[in-house]
Amino acid sequence: MPTAVVPTVRIQAEDFDVAAEIARMAQGRADIGAVVTFSGLCRDEAGRLAALELEHYPGMAEAEIGRIAAEAIERWPLQGLTAIHRHGRLVPGENIVLVVAASAHRQAAFEAANFLMDYLKSRAPFWKKEHHADGSEGGWVDAKEADDQAASRWKQAVPKRD
Amino acid sequence: MATRLIYFAWVRERIGKPQEDVELPAGIETVADLLRWLKSRGEEYDHALQYPDVIRVAINQEHVEHREKIAGAREIALFPPMTGG
Repeated sequence: MPTAVVPTVRIQAEDFDVAAEIARMAQGRADIGAVVTFSGLCRDEAGRLAALELEHYPGMAEAEIGRIAAEAIERWPLQGLTAIHRHGRLVPGENIVLVVAASAHRQAAFEAANFLMDYLKSRAPFWKKEHHADGSEGGWVDAKEADDQAASRWKQAVPKRD
Repeated sequence: MATRLIYFAWVRERIGKPQEDVELPAGIETVADLLRWLKSRGEEYDHALQYPDVIRVAINQEHVEHREKIAGAREIALFPPMTGG
């Protein structure tokens, strides 16, 4: 049995460095064949948005992403898994979320990163509030049914280990 | 025993406070009972919990269904569907 992978989960206000996170995962090892990263950024919605404010549930945010990461490690033969989610006020162009998945072959890393993002969207306790460019408060972003459907498709998928 | 209730996003804004400690009356057994009782506590609660079905709930920082029993809960959080990522 290979050593169990321990996921890195961080909830933070400050920005993250994608290259540094990849380097941290791959440093000093020669068994990783594939690294997939996903970054989610704050967009300006065609100039309408001045900022997003991300509220989170301290404690549960870490715990829930940890639970999702542990499930990904159960389902795919991963060699490393990192999830970082920012909170606070973020302006368009800034990073919001990062997932880094590493495996010997690319398929596991692609699928695990995809799975982590789908579950994180519908189960990690974060809420986005919009602030408009014209100074008005835009209100809370509504959850999308498509995100719930994206998460539920993994319930049918047969775990694949190669 | 007091139970800590924590609110997030528009649930927090509508109720008007981030958290409170409450003594749950007898007969409040499930999450659904709790939501029904809270909703009757005043206008702001009624506004926040107008559509109880959309409210997501976590007990001791884990997601639960509305039929879940709340016995032994130290911390119960109420919030809208999540929009992270």
